[in-house]
Amino acid sequence: MSDGAPVLELRSLEKHFDTTSGITETIRNRLVGEGPKLVRAVDDLNLTLAENQVQGVIGESGCGKTTLLRTIIGLYDPTGGEMRFHGRPTSEFTKDEWKEFRRHVQIVFQDPFNSLDPKFSVRRTLAEPLEIHGIDYDRTDIEEMLESVGLTPASQYIQQFPNQLSGGEKQRVAIARALITEPDVILADEPASMLDVSTQAEILNLLNELTDEFGVSMVYISHDLSTVSYICDHINVMYLGRIVEKAPTRALLADPKHPYTQALIRSIPIPDPHYDREQATIGGEPGDPIDMPEGCRFKNRCPERMDVCDETPLDVAPDGDGDREVACHLYYDHEERAGAEPKPAASDGGERP
Amino acid sequence: MAEPILEFDDVDIRYRTDGDDVRAVNGASFAIDEGDYFGLVGESGCGKSTIADSIVGGLDDNGEVVSGEIRFKGEQIQDYSESEFNENVRWKEVSVIPQSSMNSLDPVMKLSEQAVEMAKYHTDLSRPAALDRLRELFDVVGLSESRISDYPHQFSGGMQQRAIIAFALFLQPSLIIADEPTTALDVIMQDQIMDYINGLKDDWDVSMLLITHDISLVFENCDSMAVMHGGQIAETGTVDDVFDRPRHPYAILLQNAFPDVRFPDRELAVIDGHPPQLRDEVDFCTFADRCPWAEPACREGAPPATPVAGDDDHLAWCVRAGEMSELAANHLERSTESTSILEGGQ
Ligand SMILES: Nc1ncnc2c1ncn2[C@@H]1O[C@H](COP(=O)(O)OP(=O)(O)OP(=O)(O)O)[C@@H](O)[C@H]1O
Ligand SMILES: Nc1ncnc2c1ncn2[C@@H]1O[C@H](COP(=O)(O)OP(=O)(O)OP(=O)(O)O)[C@@H](O)[C@H]1O
Ligand code: SF4
Ligand SMILES: [Mg+2]
Ligand SMILES: [Mg+2]
Repeated sequence: MSDGAPVLELRSLEKHFDTTSGITETIRNRLVGEGPKLVRAVDDLNLTLAENQVQGVIGESGCGKTTLLRTIIGLYDPTGGEMRFHGRPTSEFTKDEWKEFRRHVQIVFQDPFNSLDPKFSVRRTLAEPLEIHGIDYDRTDIEEMLESVGLTPASQYIQQFPNQLSGGEKQRVAIARALITEPDVILADEPASMLDVSTQAEILNLLNELTDEFGVSMVYISHDLSTVSYICDHINVMYLGRIVEKAPTRALLADPKHPYTQALIRSIPIPDPHYDREQATIGGEPGDPIDMPEGCRFKNRCPERMDVCDETPLDVAPDGDGDREVACHLYYDHEERAGAEPKPAASDGGERP
Repeated sequence: MAEPILEFDDVDIRYRTDGDDVRAVNGASFAIDEGDYFGLVGESGCGKSTIADSIVGGLDDNGEVVSGEIRFKGEQIQDYSESEFNENVRWKEVSVIPQSSMNSLDPVMKLSEQAVEMAKYHTDLSRPAALDRLRELFDVVGLSESRISDYPHQFSGGMQQRAIIAFALFLQPSLIIADEPTTALDVIMQDQIMDYINGLKDDWDVSMLLITHDISLVFENCDSMAVMHGGQIAETGTVDDVFDRPRHPYAILLQNAFPDVRFPDRELAVIDGHPPQLRDEVDFCTFADRCPWAEPACREGAPPATPVAGDDDHLAWCVRAGEMSELAANHLERSTESTSILEGGQ
């Protein structure tokens, strides 16, 4: 492992699913000259996670967030691009290296109703990963972990089975399971979505402590901008498989650049019945990763759409701010850029075979 | 005044376990008027889903309504049998968007087939008509019509959630119970779905019980609401009354703890402590250990419902409710000096 390399580096990462269902459809497609029905769930995605950093990923339902995490952890094989862990390409990992990787990188799955084994008590759920990785433990370790995610007194929960826990309690057990092996990298998929504000604050504080004091790095997925802002240094806004804007958290909230980010922020409900929120103006249809538009993927819903949006926008630094990047034609002078090296017109158009 | 479509009257619900019973809901009373959208908010584990499940006879096997009355359209339903629930309550009258909706779809059946089955048992729609209805609803919840014949696992979490919402609306029920319906969704989609749900009132006579931990959703979309803490209802009233004059300490502290994207720099208040696990008789206020204003009387009996002076149908279950406007004065005044980043820019 080379020192100084980021913990995790994704370059043009791609995960496509072939959803052509069965042989007849395949033959039919051949006959009419259509390619397979590809879901381009993650498509040309770049992300760098430095040590001790928390990268937030937000984006609409179906934009590829979970697929991204599952690809990182090795549950899916990427269909393109590259992934490096401490500088080493994961495609070259040996079996032992994967095992090591799985111990250091833990995932909190999105849906605790499905990701907890119904036959395992809370105690066994937490003991399992420790046993798999040959880590010594006793009952106190498990109880302490439970209390730190707010399941107090732990003795009241330790014998319960998942179906005897509320939604938020399940979610906290799932978090505890990921943290108990003391990972260096946490991949968290909507870990606090079912928690009320007060419990959420407690979990976020715990995660903050881990990243601040123990050098843990994290990719934190959420659609809730108000919680993301508590925990993430940087926010990546994902749209149809690609990151369309990245910026330090505060800058993104106060001054969103991409029209999609702007709509996201305007759609957050306000806790005041007298406040008449102006609704975001973007139209219905969320993106469809099967039939992606050419050019900017957001163009069909974008209030700022221009002719040039039929071409894939470059990732540019808005207002020359080196900390930020946005993929939108509004933020650069096209003539000036014309000379600059073109980004490979990437996977956006229909150029692929 | 509209008749209530659903009433809870002093309801206790327990789960039997190997050890002591879990007393999940204690002395709960509230009513949802016909045509009203009613929000139920409260901390994780406070008993919200238990209340939802009890309305359709869907409590876990070890759960039971041990006392009190639950009335649907005036009729007592707490002691209904399985078949009475099927005949009189479930499906056509009350439909549920369950909190665990991601596993409430049949994994081995195409969504289109699931809709056809549902139509077969509960309507006289033909197969093509059922599929048309499903396409229409898919459109409403932002799913592409071409995906009606997908299997559930081919959908992302939020897409499954939207499919469930489409199924819940399929039979045009008179009461929709939505348990955290939009937690798996991004805010734009949440906004569109809530907008649509608000528009349902124009199409048929529908009421809703919206369960969520997101108080903003209730403030934006409901007519009236209940705040719960530790298995007890803390406060009920119209959303404006509860927002303007909260009188239960938990409701007061909750509002201060709520993040507001207009003010990202505002310090969030945290409500210290945890709700108690309710294994013994609940003859005390479950908020007492966390409440800054607790006094001995709070532990001497379950607090009675206290009407809030000047408001109609605004109740707080707190022995000191009458004093709260003075006791919590500095919590209740809303700071006016901070400026919203949404309105003034920056
Ligand atoms: N089958 C069961 N057996 C024993 N205890 C249970 C059972 N189901 C729920 N409980 C307990 O009852 C309490 C209330 O659970 P409920 O699911 O109603 O909470 P909730 O308010 O919906 O919480 P959340 O917001 O986290 O979903 C919790 O403490 C939970 O652990
Ligand atoms: N196993 C699969 N087979 C086919 N398509 C899939 C599969 N898994 C995911 N997809 C598709 O990939 C796209 C991205 O899904 P993903 O679960 O990554 O979204 P997400 O961003 O996590 O959404 P959510 O916020 O709703 O959880 C969706 O269109 C989904 O239908
Ligand atoms: S590139 Fe064009 S279509 Fe895309 S978001 Fe920007 S203005 Fe809108
Ligand atoms: Mg997901
Ligand atoms: Mg629940």
